[in-house]
Amino acid sequence: MLRFLAAVGAAFLTFVTASGRLAVFAGLALATAFTPPFYPGVMLRQMVSIGYFSLPVVGLTAVFTGMVLALQSYTGFSRFSAEGAVATVVVLSVTRELGPVISGLMVAGRVGAAIAAEIGTMRVTDQIDALTTLSTDPLRYLVLPRLLAGVITLPMLVLVADIIGVFGGYLVGVYKLGFNPQAYLNGTWQHLETIDLVSGLVKAAVFGFIVALMGCYQGYHSRGGAQGVGRATTYAVVSASILILLVDYLITAAFFSR
Amino acid sequence: MTNTRPVPKISVRGLRKSFGRKQVLDGLDIDCGSGESLVVIGGSGTGKSVLVKCILGLLHPEAGSIYIDGAETVGLPHAARERMLQKFGMLFQGSALFDSLNVWENVAFGLVQGRGMERAAARDIALAKLAAVGLGPEVSLLRTSELSGGMQKRVALARAIAAEPEIVFFDEPTTGLDPIMADVINDLIVECVREVGTTAVSITHDMVSARKIADRIAMLYQGRIVWHGPTAEIEHSGNPFVDQFIHGRADGPIKMQVRAA
Repeated sequence: MLRFLAAVGAAFLTFVTASGRLAVFAGLALATAFTPPFYPGVMLRQMVSIGYFSLPVVGLTAVFTGMVLALQSYTGFSRFSAEGAVATVVVLSVTRELGPVISGLMVAGRVGAAIAAEIGTMRVTDQIDALTTLSTDPLRYLVLPRLLAGVITLPMLVLVADIIGVFGGYLVGVYKLGFNPQAYLNGTWQHLETIDLVSGLVKAAVFGFIVALMGCYQGYHSRGGAQGVGRATTYAVVSASILILLVDYLITAAFFSR
Repeated sequence: MTNTRPVPKISVRGLRKSFGRKQVLDGLDIDCGSGESLVVIGGSGTGKSVLVKCILGLLHPEAGSIYIDGAETVGLPHAARERMLQKFGMLFQGSALFDSLNVWENVAFGLVQGRGMERAAARDIALAKLAAVGLGPEVSLLRTSELSGGMQKRVALARAIAAEPEIVFFDEPTTGLDPIMADVINDLIVECVREVGTTAVSITHDMVSARKIADRIAMLYQGRIVWHGPTAEIEHSGNPFVDQFIHGRADGPIKMQVRAA
């Protein structure tokens, strides 16, 4: 029993230590935002890398998600003659939940991994130490631009994903399930409220921060050559994905629980 | 009577650094005078790189003092450390060039990002430094992955001296190079250091390189300096550790370590 308690205690301490390290890392990086020098060019490049180059994968995922959602909700709702709610279910599910979560997970896989691999490689090849010796703070130059780019870009990406996802639902609803186009669009707009969109975009900003933070943190602390970089990349994607799902629940509870 | 001894450019006193149970630096003392070229020799894993990283502030020692121009640098606040780092240049063992940038952007990086210089002015300086290490302007637009090992070392050397630092560190500058290219790099180091009057601290286990670039040599073993003196005296040091090392003998007081520091 004592051994079990010791193991639980050790695991808890490890968790608290890791959380503390992550929080300090994020705090130190964010603190560099308030004093010059600033690197807007680096941030713009990261925004293009995170946002623009993620558009194809996020767009494809969103359109198929909207299509499947329309199909599934139709077959489910038809059992109790509620087919008319398909458009509303699609738009609410996509804007509140599926748009931000699926975009977040896809970006975690594509961008989080790339950030961890890039910074990890820089770490194991002494490029981060070289930055320091060239009077450039690595947190300011490498980490902050990626964090800000994640926070700014993911909401834009999710907005596009929302539109494409709803369009996917429209395609299936109108061309496969035989809905009247005007009636489907009415059903889409009728019950959509600002809070639905805003909650999704807030989630997106937080997910963008999480993806960039986990990529930077794992890469920055990678050790042990190619194997260490590979491990950092895996940890970045897994930890960001788990955190996205956890934080998704917390934000949903904050916005919608009564 | 007043003490007229000049303040050393770098002075290290009682430096201790360990990783887990392994004591890498164990009360190390060393001085390096202004404009002097000091070479620290020692086997692999003896803590040469750790010593340099401690001086640069990349690693934090557990005890001891590091003075630059007589001022303590251990425990400096972040802003003061950033100012102090402008005195330093560093050539890394693996060159550590930024593969996302081309050659001239690598050389000019510290000038543009670290000191806020205009890109055009920094590019002119970068091209001049590349010329100083024997590389023409046609190389300046290449990616670093397109360069050979010797060219990468030259670019890294140009980057290390681009801002004309007061102190330059060279970490194994000739490792992995063929003997001719190693000699070219040694000549460039001697030229670059003497021309600007820079203080140089090099770490190496290449004795040919050490003899060529050093004014003074210090030998590191088990976390301490076991011998130091002018380069000319190393052949007659009378120190068994130095004798074994410079003659590359397996038998002697030095026991090889299995794990790196």
